Amino acid sequence: MSGAQKLPVAEQAENPRVGEHGALSCGRALSFSRQTHDDLERLLARYPTKQAALLPTLWLAQREWGWISREAVDYVATLLDLSPAFVWGVVTFYTMYNRAPVGTHLIQFCTSISCHLNGAGEAYAECRKRLGDLKPGETTPDGKFTVVEVECLAQCDKAPAVMVNDDDHFVITKDKLDAFLGSLK
Amino acid sequence: MSGLSPIEPVLLARRGKPDSAMIQTYLADGGYASWKKVLGGAKSGEWTPAKVTDLVKASGLRGRGGAGFPCGMKWTFVPPKEKRGDKPVYLLCNADESEPGTFKDRLLMETDPHQVLEGMMLASFALDVKHAYLYIRGEMVHAAEVLNKAVAETYAKGFLGVDVLGSGLDLDITIHRGAGAYICGEETALIESLEGKRGHPRIKPPFPAVSGVWGCPTVVNNVETLCCVKHILDRGADWFKSIGRNEKNTGPKLYCVSGHVEKPGVYEAPLGVPWETLLALAGGVKGGRRLKAVIPGGASAAMLTAKEVENLPMDFDGVAAAKSMLGSAAIIVMDETTDIPKAVTNIAKFFAHESCGQCTPCREGTPWMHKMLKRIVSGEGKKTDLDLLLQIAGQMGNGMTICVFADAAIAPVLSGIPKFREEFEAYVAKSSHPDFALAAPEDLTNKVAERAAAGIH
Repeated sequence: MSGAQKLPVAEQAENPRVGEHGALSCGRALSFSRQTHDDLERLLARYPTKQAALLPTLWLAQREWGWISREAVDYVATLLDLSPAFVWGVVTFYTMYNRAPVGTHLIQFCTSISCHLNGAGEAYAECRKRLGDLKPGETTPDGKFTVVEVECLAQCDKAPAVMVNDDDHFVITKDKLDAFLGSLK
Repeated sequence: MSGLSPIEPVLLARRGKPDSAMIQTYLADGGYASWKKVLGGAKSGEWTPAKVTDLVKASGLRGRGGAGFPCGMKWTFVPPKEKRGDKPVYLLCNADESEPGTFKDRLLMETDPHQVLEGMMLASFALDVKHAYLYIRGEMVHAAEVLNKAVAETYAKGFLGVDVLGSGLDLDITIHRGAGAYICGEETALIESLEGKRGHPRIKPPFPAVSGVWGCPTVVNNVETLCCVKHILDRGADWFKSIGRNEKNTGPKLYCVSGHVEKPGVYEAPLGVPWETLLALAGGVKGGRRLKAVIPGGASAAMLTAKEVENLPMDFDGVAAAKSMLGSAAIIVMDETTDIPKAVTNIAKFFAHESCGQCTPCREGTPWMHKMLKRIVSGEGKKTDLDLLLQIAGQMGNGMTICVFADAAIAPVLSGIPKFREEFEAYVAKSSHPDFALAAPEDLTNKVAERAAAGIH
């Protein structure tokens, strides 16, 4: 092993950024706004178990705070009578829950086969290069852009397909990056 | 008239109409007529669940999600009331459309959501369902919004809720969003995910029809399948059967054509339409180039060469006869400029990323395959890599795992390498890997010594 010896997570209690279930801390206690609480009540009425509302509740948490922190995991676990470790296990299974803060524009390049055949790989690499040689998943220092690679977005007829936050963008080839990035100010 | 004659769009009839997603336009186009008809005849016994199921069985409808299992037969696997006791039956509409190359269900949901909902209602009637869920993949934010709005409109009109249209029957529909996981399109993984867990497929039996979501009898049907149910109730089983290549492959079908074609898109045609007709609908191969290969049913399907797709009937049995599968009818066209080893590597990466991690052959095998392919296409492959890849792939499928994900993951490798072996060998021949050009024993000794000195051994 190279570099400094890493302590097991359980022994890093003094590290405020590492929770017992491995999630990053946002540094403050969290609770839902009134509006989100009402949304949660409506949600719970749709399912025979509280646990079934876990994915939708995590969506509410992400809508409220932008990402799923250690405090969000603990809070959601309390709301649904689940253990934080279980909730964290679910969060880490699904790719769309952000486990760290992301930029204002979360740029998600589809690079699956149909987009690959139409130049998605080149567009994805060039996009990261133009934003300052970003590594996959990295955010620009000004906090504006995060660029990630995602699997098939079911927009294969408009390849290469890109999602920015919740919005769909079509035919983002390398030569269209100027106009595309220009539209995301 | 042949069942393969061109048809007026049925599933896509309302695409492009103004406000096609709104209930007013759907009603104006005759929508919800079947729902009203069935509910209206429920009390008198004119319409019974068995009658709806029999119609669907008679139509020959096979599931449009990928497996092509007869829909009506799937419904009959739900135990009768006297056997299931107080347990409710659940209908889950599978809208987790994630198979690379597939984009038909998104189109149906975004442009004609009420068609989907009416299909769910009719299936719910047939199955004695009180609460149906539509599980939509997390990435389809817009489609989920459209569906939620449509559901609200439907409740407002009294087509859902308590005592629907005075029939004495109750029905709720809930739209449930996933959060990014290909495997949740597998029906038991979808069930686990709906229960609020990681999407790990379940061991079968028990099958969902006996014990599915929350331990209750559950039927999972694809979006397009349920839309077909609506049209079968509208126009009858004989009409449905009159479309298609033969009695085993019936009805209108949505084909997703993408890759190297002039006009990629969703095309509706009779099930079993010949390959050439479909390619013509999509405007032919891009730039008039020559066709090299076709993936006929999404990334999970074995690749076919240009020669193999000639005159191929594009239906469940036709494509199966060519040792591939129609799957979700995601047809990915690759022209002569395509680098097949790179395309196979791309697909291998997808599967390595999406394996749920439960079963060792799949969890370990999919990244191995990707790693080896990556080293081949980056010019560092070993002479033995191709056979090793085939060997690894050969040990992952055919019942070695809980679900068929591993079988899907190996299909591109097991078809791509034998069919385009010269392209893979060309990469390996140019390889800079130290183990490659081992002509003489002294070379081997030198290489081993070099590697030992470099700390590799």
